[in-house]
Amino acid sequence: MAIDLRTVSITPLRQTFGHLARRMGADKPASRYIEATMDLQPVENYHYRPTWAPQYDIFDTARTRIAMGDWYALKDPRQYYYGAWTLARGRMQEIAEGDFDLVDELGLAAAYPAAGRSAALKVFLPLRHVAWGSNLNKAYVSSYGYGIAISQAACYASMDQLGVAQYVTRLGMAFDDLDALVEAKTAWLNGAEWQELRRYVEDLMLEKDWYEVLVAQDFALEGLLYPLLYERYNERLNAAYGPVFSMLTRFQREWFGETTKWMDSVLKATAADNAGNKARLAAWIKHWRERAVLALKPVAVLAFGSDADAVMDELVLNLNARAAKAGIAL
Amino acid sequence: MDMKVAKKLGLKERYSLMTRDLAWDTTFQKMADVFPQTTYEGIKIHDWDKWEDPFRLTMDAYWKYQSEKERKLYAILDGFNQNNGHLSVTDARYINVLKLFLGSTPPLELMAARGFSMMGRQMNGAGPRVACQMQAVDEYRHFQTQIHSISNYNKYYNGMDEFAHQQSRMWYLSDGKSFFDDAITAGPFEFMVAIGFAFEYVLTNILFVPFISGAAYNGDMAAMTVGFSAQSDEARHMTLGLECIKFMLEQDPDNLPIVQRWIDKWTWRGTRKLASVGMMMDYMLPKRIMSFKEAWEMYVEDNGGALFKDLARYGITIPKCFAQTVEEKEHVSHQSWIGFYMKPGATPFHTWIPTPDEMDWLSEKYPNTFDRYYRPVLEYLDAQEKAGNRYNNKTQPMNCQVCVSTMKFNEPGDSMEMCFRESVYRGEKFHTCSDHCKEIFDNEPEKYVQTFISSHQALQGNCEPDGVDVDAPDYRPGARMLDYWRLDERATGDFNGSDDQKNFAVWREQATKN
Repeated sequence: MAIDLRTVSITPLRQTFGHLARRMGADKPASRYIEATMDLQPVENYHYRPTWAPQYDIFDTARTRIAMGDWYALKDPRQYYYGAWTLARGRMQEIAEGDFDLVDELGLAAAYPAAGRSAALKVFLPLRHVAWGSNLNKAYVSSYGYGIAISQAACYASMDQLGVAQYVTRLGMAFDDLDALVEAKTAWLNGAEWQELRRYVEDLMLEKDWYEVLVAQDFALEGLLYPLLYERYNERLNAAYGPVFSMLTRFQREWFGETTKWMDSVLKATAADNAGNKARLAAWIKHWRERAVLALKPVAVLAFGSDADAVMDELVLNLNARAAKAGIAL
Repeated sequence: MDMKVAKKLGLKERYSLMTRDLAWDTTFQKMADVFPQTTYEGIKIHDWDKWEDPFRLTMDAYWKYQSEKERKLYAILDGFNQNNGHLSVTDARYINVLKLFLGSTPPLELMAARGFSMMGRQMNGAGPRVACQMQAVDEYRHFQTQIHSISNYNKYYNGMDEFAHQQSRMWYLSDGKSFFDDAITAGPFEFMVAIGFAFEYVLTNILFVPFISGAAYNGDMAAMTVGFSAQSDEARHMTLGLECIKFMLEQDPDNLPIVQRWIDKWTWRGTRKLASVGMMMDYMLPKRIMSFKEAWEMYVEDNGGALFKDLARYGITIPKCFAQTVEEKEHVSHQSWIGFYMKPGATPFHTWIPTPDEMDWLSEKYPNTFDRYYRPVLEYLDAQEKAGNRYNNKTQPMNCQVCVSTMKFNEPGDSMEMCFRESVYRGEKFHTCSDHCKEIFDNEPEKYVQTFISSHQALQGNCEPDGVDVDAPDYRPGARMLDYWRLDERATGDFNGSDDQKNFAVWREQATKN
């Protein structure tokens, strides 16, 4: 730099953009998350109606039955704008890479007991398709959600699920087992254990209310599936055979722990806005929770045998507790 | 069991396992209901598996590369800001380029993010869907890094603070808004031609290179770094747009006339949008990179010409508007700048008359037009300004019903005649700026009658700040336009005598002298 200004202090004319000063109630510096998010989506003076949905404006609050005084109340407690998100995922992928390398280097997959391996691959590998469906359903939320706060978080979550689908695929490859991936796809398409879950994911692909998709996919389904399989089932495998599957699904567990904070905070802000939202969320959660339990039960039996009901019951209680904490009485 | 199968996978097979193999044809719900948008435009796709993935990037690799890029980028931005980097630009006129850029570009990148998210939901082939999703998340990156790089300038200079509010209200930003609104409200295939191909492939270089090189030439390391950092993303986006065109053309011969019509339409719409890039290059950059005419020749005539030669084997011909764009490259930058100069109270950036040596540069770069048509106008305006009679056009502009540009372009082949076209739809007259915009209108009038033209809307009482009663007896439409725009008057009018000019001089003095 040609000019050395270490001792020169220049008083700025303003600290931030007008729309942010009005939102924060003061002209003060805004964080990069705030700058990258708040009040950026157009809300008025659209030129044309979508040819694919002429009943709506390009961005339209009527695309969900949830109503918000301020759509940017749905902000992300992780403060993920693109840079923060990709740095966080960059760190997670580095750790995952280390895990996959270590498993490969020490031959841990090859040494894994055959019985455990076959049972675990049967449970884990079809999840690559579940994640793929999740990617699509989250893409719906990011496409038609209102405001950048929710659209960007859903966009990142959608990409995260593509990552999860790919990590599960790599899990299969780590066991050098392309056949198991083929079998898992067959099971996903035809196996009795997976059909209710597939029906759940496919039904959501037709659901039009984006907020309901968010509740059904992210809160109800993933709120049960992740702890069931990536946490509880791993614990069971660890105790019986050793922690290889735990290592190779670490990304998923970390992702769930982190994303739950976002999901719960978004639900809480939505419920807090008005009583109608609160009732609507409660109804959606009850409906989709029941369906998710139905969809996951056969998979839980596959993983836990006769303990399936007990595990599921406990997870439903946990999910209910999350809803209660967000201010939603079920 | 063969324990080494996975290691033998080639890159293509591996990528396919990581994307397409994840997908399945739904059976509980019909595929046509899950992906309802890909048939109504008339494009016929027989086999989505024929899609050639234009790049093969899995998410782990994506996060690795992108997080490295972000780390570097934000370190440079922080350094630039901490060190008052804004004072190292060539001269304070340059900052007006950033004002133009902030108003016009991040809002459109945001629309690209939302539009590609929609494509990433609606395309029913797994290959294109993933590619579109990746572009969507990249576009989030682009509008956010652009805002972050300009955020620090906003603290010191006027005219940037209300860009978010102005994006849907400012008259001169409606051309870009209508461009993206048009694309996003079209079907998914037209969107891909509009944004993926015409915008990101044919025209991206002339949009992107001048801004970024302009930043580099003028000492703006913040904007320059953002641009360089986005380059590898843009390379991916270009290959996606091209692949999409080839895919449609290879799938069915009936797709050709539809794709050709879209290419004609969107190349022209993009060209109109670029008039402001031209004036930026020729008038607003204190240190110029090259003339807009030279850039047009290099990036559009040469590169674009080669591209269309390559596409000829599919039956694609060069866009209809090509000849007119070649003629206009010697005019539009001057017409645009003079147009903006003449409306000094209506933009959040400053204008000025070029200095004598800058006029000589323009004469040299535009030997056929500048001295003949534009120097006399600029010299007249300069003389009037110096005589205390600064020209100020206070009338409402007339706008093109399609591109929403103000009517200011000349009749092809006649530089002294302004070009107007007229169509009648359901008994009402609509005006367009050119044969090409008229053709776009006539082809889809039910869409373009909806265009939000702020000069019309203001007269109808639709552009008023909150609290104005349009039914009051003393109501005068447009009287509170500055409030509606939230336009800071310090940001308007002449650069000479502006706060920006004075502050920059004082601060630089403070920074460089004892």
